Amino acid sequence: MSRFFAAIVLTFLALTAAAEQVTTYTLDNGMDVVVIEDRRAPVVVHMVWYKVGSADEPEGISGVAHFLEHLMFKGTNMLAPGEFSQVVAANGGSDNAFTSFDYTAYFQRVAADRLDLMMQMEANRMTNLALTEDDITFERRVVLEERAQVTESSPGALAREQLMAAQYQNHRYGVPIIGWQHEIAQLDMPELLTFYERHYAPNNAILIVAGDVDPEEVLALAREHYGPIPANPDLPERLRPTEPPQRAERRITYVDQRVSQPYLTRSYLAPQRETGAQQDAAALVYLAELLGGSPFTSELGRALQFDTQTALYTNASYSGMSLDQTTFSFVVLPAENVSLSEAEAAMDNVIAAFMDSEIDPARMESIRTQLRASEVYALDDAQGLARRYGMALSSGLTVADVQAWPDILQSVTPEQIKDVAARIFDRNKAVTGWVVATQEEAR
Amino acid sequence: MLRILTILWFALLAGAAQAEIDIKQVTSDGGINAWVVEEPSIPFVALEIRFRGGASLDLPGKRGATNLMAALLEEGAGDLEAQAFQTELERLATQFSFRATDDTISISAQFLTENKAEALALLEQALTAPRFDQSAIDRVRAQVLAGIASDALNPRSIADAAFDAAAFGNHPYGSSLDGTVDSVTALSRDDILDAHRNALTRDRLYVSVVGDVTVDQVGPMLDTLLGDLRAEGPPPPADVAFGLDGGVTVIDFDNPQSFALFGHAGMKRDDPDFFAAFIVNHVLGAGGFESRLMTEVREKRGLTYGIGSFLAPMFHAETVIGSVASSNETIAEAIEVTRAEWARMADEGLTEAELAAAKTFLTGEYPLRFDGNAAIASIMVGMQMIDLPPDYVINRNDYVEAVTLEDANRVAAELLRPDALHFVVVGRPEGLESTQ
Repeated sequence: MSRFFAAIVLTFLALTAAAEQVTTYTLDNGMDVVVIEDRRAPVVVHMVWYKVGSADEPEGISGVAHFLEHLMFKGTNMLAPGEFSQVVAANGGSDNAFTSFDYTAYFQRVAADRLDLMMQMEANRMTNLALTEDDITFERRVVLEERAQVTESSPGALAREQLMAAQYQNHRYGVPIIGWQHEIAQLDMPELLTFYERHYAPNNAILIVAGDVDPEEVLALAREHYGPIPANPDLPERLRPTEPPQRAERRITYVDQRVSQPYLTRSYLAPQRETGAQQDAAALVYLAELLGGSPFTSELGRALQFDTQTALYTNASYSGMSLDQTTFSFVVLPAENVSLSEAEAAMDNVIAAFMDSEIDPARMESIRTQLRASEVYALDDAQGLARRYGMALSSGLTVADVQAWPDILQSVTPEQIKDVAARIFDRNKAVTGWVVATQEEAR
Repeated sequence: MLRILTILWFALLAGAAQAEIDIKQVTSDGGINAWVVEEPSIPFVALEIRFRGGASLDLPGKRGATNLMAALLEEGAGDLEAQAFQTELERLATQFSFRATDDTISISAQFLTENKAEALALLEQALTAPRFDQSAIDRVRAQVLAGIASDALNPRSIADAAFDAAAFGNHPYGSSLDGTVDSVTALSRDDILDAHRNALTRDRLYVSVVGDVTVDQVGPMLDTLLGDLRAEGPPPPADVAFGLDGGVTVIDFDNPQSFALFGHAGMKRDDPDFFAAFIVNHVLGAGGFESRLMTEVREKRGLTYGIGSFLAPMFHAETVIGSVASSNETIAEAIEVTRAEWARMADEGLTEAELAAAKTFLTGEYPLRFDGNAAIASIMVGMQMIDLPPDYVINRNDYVEAVTLEDANRVAAELLRPDALHFVVVGRPEGLESTQ
């Protein structure tokens, strides 16, 4: 039997009565179940998230998590190769999957009355994949073509790879999710199957169902299809190497003739959202908005795009959804006749000026309002809510953390923002990248 | 007073599943038509506005004016300069987007019920009293020029530009709506004002509203929002014939992979055979992993990460086009397989089983699209632009079901012409040269 440990949890926003209806369970075999009700359309999104991503790969076989994701659409003891997607399509649905540093997820979007069938097939491929040598040979080519299209054909993507490799010298976030080309080329049956058997199990999975469903019925289906799959008693803990102290600034110049205009990036190691401790992350959300959110109202936008014509584009970004230490980063695309060193100095001046002055209360209030409103707009997108829970639960957070997050965001103070900014803005923990077409532009 | 023309209530059937969409058609006192769905469960409203014409209305020598004008609509209006305008939007947590396409100006707005009046007042100012300050023009122009420079080094954009120029020549479809470095650099504030006067007029306006709003609020709301726009604009450009013959054009670009864009003339959206063509193309190249092109080029041979084809019925021309990326060593084989599949579909058509599978997918998938206020608003405004009636949403699956194997195979033979396919290939493809 399953434990039924939370009935319906309603999250109310301070001013607007917006709520997502969420029900959670854990099956006896350890599989978490999250049901999000949205009865407006007869649609359901069915997702299974595995708490394993590229950052859980052993050294030397980068890309195995993502390669396996492709192979999960091949045959099982019940399904012929390609049949999974064929059945989804034959029921008017669509399906896909994605891999990240911290998770691998599979989903289908179908009419709500087809949920049973989706669960039956998804449960089947959790432990019954039946791969052939041919499957691997042809899919390896596909993955290499994917890398050629998404990474090798994009100077920006190649630059990001180099920058991440410089940022993380010990942790696997420094290795691309899709894998290094030479290691993908070597991946074969033994590594793929070992990875599959080690990580694909109900006690390492989260089921998310969002849409026109009754939570009790979803639970009954989940028990029927996922309940009988035994837990993996040897599931490894997600222990990853941590970064050594960074003691020197790291700088990279990436030269690629396909770069149309030079630009610069700066990233700093930054804390992620941690269970029960999301205050720093919430403050960093504000920091990114204040420094480089809107080009019209942020510090960088105002200083470099309005008060002076130093840059064509500026941005600061932060995503706290990460199992381990994440980054806070800036991008500046200089205007014509502005060198990268001038643009970088201007950016550093803006950061320094921000640290030396008071935060405008009107800006704080505006960001607070926008964050509150974004919770209302988010309710229009059940699939987006499903992703939010899936990412959180596979990145070390709990349902309670997800539901506390909007209130934590509302409670952020200027002092918290300054405090976390002072801790992260350390050039000895930063990577600065110049992305240029020629060496002459690197000035 | 508000006249309610028709009230339609639909049940969309997908197996046992059922979507209920209650589309109300209204005409305001000022004569503005809109489709409305009342959906009070979430306290916000999604508003979609389209003006037909778009970048195709660029005046001679002023390519890029409409696009730059649309990008400037968020840069201040009335008494509010750009930063003040955006500060207001942020205070109200309101989201506007303004975008030019080849044939439309597309405006999307989302606002909270509690801020409706203030949000609409700001949108009204943006549409009827944009400032077009010279400083904003210069700033956004520099951003557009950066985009043009970036496109010049992007394989997909290079292929698009070459394909469109060869297919449509001097017609607006023959060039990028961004304009060229020269044309954009030369645009003056007067050119932007002209583009605004020509593109935002009431004679080509389409509106849908979905969310926490009542149908009797919509008419007065639209009269205030859009009533001050000019009544009429200039005529659209003439239709243009697809002018590119079958063959291959190779454009040298130093990249490990080649990108190929391919296509030939297509079918008009109001053609009685459109649904047959839609199904044929679904089986050929639009049906995701199940399509023949994906099966043959990706699944069986591993030549690409993705390949697809689609019908593109535009307002003044129609094409069937597709694209594929493959390593320089394998792109020739990917193209050969694509051509062979094109020919096989034209010669042999599809099977009874493929037809049935396509119908099941297409009829099952349709109701799933109506799954949010923003999604429904966008679908409804798109329907209006191509003259579909509201009851299309109930009849559409019948149109799909009505296609017979005979229809589909006749249309496949007429529509798909492997010899007419032209491939524009950007990269360093091995074993592939330009024809002629």
